Amino acid sequence: MNFPGSGIIKGMAVTALNIVGSYFDRAHAKRLITEQYPEERPKLAEASRSFPFLVFDGDDPEKGIRCVACKICEKECPPQCIYIVKDTDANGKPIMRPKVFDIDISVCMGCQICVESCPFESIRMDNIYEVSGYDRFAPLVLHKPQLLKSNAYYHGIRPTEAAATDARIEAARLRKEAAAKAAAAKVAAAKAAAAAKAAGEKAAETKPTQPE
Amino acid sequence: MSPLLPQTVLDRLHAALPQARVELVNNPSPSGQHALLVHREDAVQVAEFLKNDPELLLDYASDVSGVDYPEYLEAVYHLFSIAKKHGPIVLKTRTGDRGADASVPSLTRVWKSADFQEREAFDLFGIRFEGHPDLRRLLMWEEFEDFPLRKDYVAPNDCEYEPTPHGDIVQKAAAASASPVPQA
Amino acid sequence: MSASSSNFFSGTADAGALEVSLGPHHPSTHGVFRMNVRMEGETVVKLQPVFGYLHRNHEKIAEKNSWLAAMPYTDRLDYICSGTNNWAYAVAVEKLAGIEVPERAEYLRVIVGEMTRLQNHTAFLGFILGDMGAWGSALMYAFREREKILDLFEELTGARMMLNYARFGGVRCDTPAGWLDKARAYLATYPAFLDEMEQFLTGNEILLSRLQGVGVLSAQRAINGGLSGPVLRASGVDYDIRKVDGYSIYPRLKFRVPRGEVGDCFDRFMLRLLEARESLKILQQALDQIPEGPVVNPAVKQRGFKPPAGEAYGRIEGPKGELGFHLVSNGTEKPYRYHVRPPSLINLTLLEEMCLGTKIADVMVILGSIDIVLGEVDR
Repeated sequence: MNFPGSGIIKGMAVTALNIVGSYFDRAHAKRLITEQYPEERPKLAEASRSFPFLVFDGDDPEKGIRCVACKICEKECPPQCIYIVKDTDANGKPIMRPKVFDIDISVCMGCQICVESCPFESIRMDNIYEVSGYDRFAPLVLHKPQLLKSNAYYHGIRPTEAAATDARIEAARLRKEAAAKAAAAKVAAAKAAAAAKAAGEKAAETKPTQPE
Repeated sequence: MSPLLPQTVLDRLHAALPQARVELVNNPSPSGQHALLVHREDAVQVAEFLKNDPELLLDYASDVSGVDYPEYLEAVYHLFSIAKKHGPIVLKTRTGDRGADASVPSLTRVWKSADFQEREAFDLFGIRFEGHPDLRRLLMWEEFEDFPLRKDYVAPNDCEYEPTPHGDIVQKAAAASASPVPQA
Repeated sequence: MSASSSNFFSGTADAGALEVSLGPHHPSTHGVFRMNVRMEGETVVKLQPVFGYLHRNHEKIAEKNSWLAAMPYTDRLDYICSGTNNWAYAVAVEKLAGIEVPERAEYLRVIVGEMTRLQNHTAFLGFILGDMGAWGSALMYAFREREKILDLFEELTGARMMLNYARFGGVRCDTPAGWLDKARAYLATYPAFLDEMEQFLTGNEILLSRLQGVGVLSAQRAINGGLSGPVLRASGVDYDIRKVDGYSIYPRLKFRVPRGEVGDCFDRFMLRLLEARESLKILQQALDQIPEGPVVNPAVKQRGFKPPAGEAYGRIEGPKGELGFHLVSNGTEKPYRYHVRPPSLINLTLLEEMCLGTKIADVMVILGSIDIVLGEVDR
């Protein structure tokens, strides 16, 4: 089949295959892959990321907030879209909690470097993708109340990663407890040793030591 | 492919062009890419030699970039050989200073690939490449005056709105807030 | 300041010559890119590209940020191929600091890199048809398949285009469960798609007449002009950095480097089809051989990374050509100098030479055959 125009006809056969296939090939998603958004929504991959959010434990966002306002993410953020102000207590002493935590998502590029740099497992990537506002500025700055989302939500969007995070936190807690216990034991041991030594000294006073 | 050492190149250069002022610049990095620093007056001659010498045949000037140092500006060429499949040989030339004498000879006539890249270095660093066939700004617009990649470049204070201020931007934003953004 | 580009329309041209500004907003210029063209009749007698419409001084941004913070910005150079951009930057930094990369990470980089090449070349098939005026079908078919590769990227890295995947001494994360099998299963269907595209396009007489003999470039000129990647090889030069430098695990993988004979637009078109098939071969081997192990060198501190003072030039064979990074460190947390060698920009060096004497309609095809992305040209 090599007459003039045969190449065009072959090409048209491919087009015809694709036109017809787009009606019948739905199940295999080979020819027709259009999704009828917004009625149909794509199933996002677990890793899928858009903007950061803050995780809190329990039910009360203010009590359960993991962020300690260390400002590492603010420093590391490549486009510098994070803004943090440390909270103060009644006496004006800074405490380990953010008073202001803003993320300008019109600047954020979703690179995930804040997540990687956070040592307190408190900032994580969300997968929301329908974000809009009526002007360019204020609606696209997310404040702390909008950023705080529960650990349950985190488990909902990223079960594997959230479970790993929880395991790490639990392990850290256990380590800390163990360390505390060890420290306590050490203190107790030291006390006991001191007591024993004192007792020994007392004994030595009363009874001369025997050469071995 | 046996690696081509800068010392070999330097020896051949000295043998062929004894009067050319070329020296080896040590690179302390683990990359070990030591450079050949050529005096700007000899640069074209040396470049011709590097390109045409049958042992070297550095026919491919892959990358040209400018570097800003406190005393001078530097044009860095990364040369490869497609015929011999070796490289990179790093060739550097330095300007006299960062002001009136900020010029080096253009190597575009030797390697056409340097054309846009030398224009870019001229645009962003202000290195004048003497003998370049068409030395105009490449990325910035014609009327632009400063050289943005120099270390002493001062960015214009035209912050429109800064919701998440940092460092010196805080002061700029405060100045800008004297004329606040119209709220919708 | 020397002669300004606005002087191009100087009125000095002969009567009968026509000067046209193609772009910056033109559907066939692949972004905001402008060409000032002087024509006699329909024949091009002078052409001057104008850059900078997408310039954001990527290099300055990188020099103001930490070493790691430049990584997500490299995604935005050639936004079609962010996987290879990350890789090239990581390679340059690893040269600068002398970092070892674990085996599994090298395999993952090759897998992501070759998938990037595959989807870039696939998208190219659609774009060049668009440049020839055949909007629609070819681009849609190409994008349909590209989407599926982007889905795989999303599962692996979390993003479809802005992967931000490479790290100094490895990659950011390991594959999720079952990802390698999914990739293998999907890529097994790819040769059929390429066959279909070939049947669809390469025999087409109109396409042949638009591509063959247009924009011919000799090997010697291509080398002198610093062209790289598919454009260089289409002119018959056997130069693939994967073979020449033998970086990563490429020496272990079997693949061929296709070369053109004439150096015209058709060679550039076919070369990408052939390279896509070679990429599939590489992917198959890499997916079969990938070992278990860590994906990042644990000795490297990503945050607060400080390479020793010195400089390095690292390069890889990107889908569009030689993508290199020239880095100068003074031993601090920020790069002293960070320079990108953008293949898209340098491949345009000989655009005028290729276009002289052709018809104005061919300029678009020649531009399309070079395959540029303006994010990388203007940086």
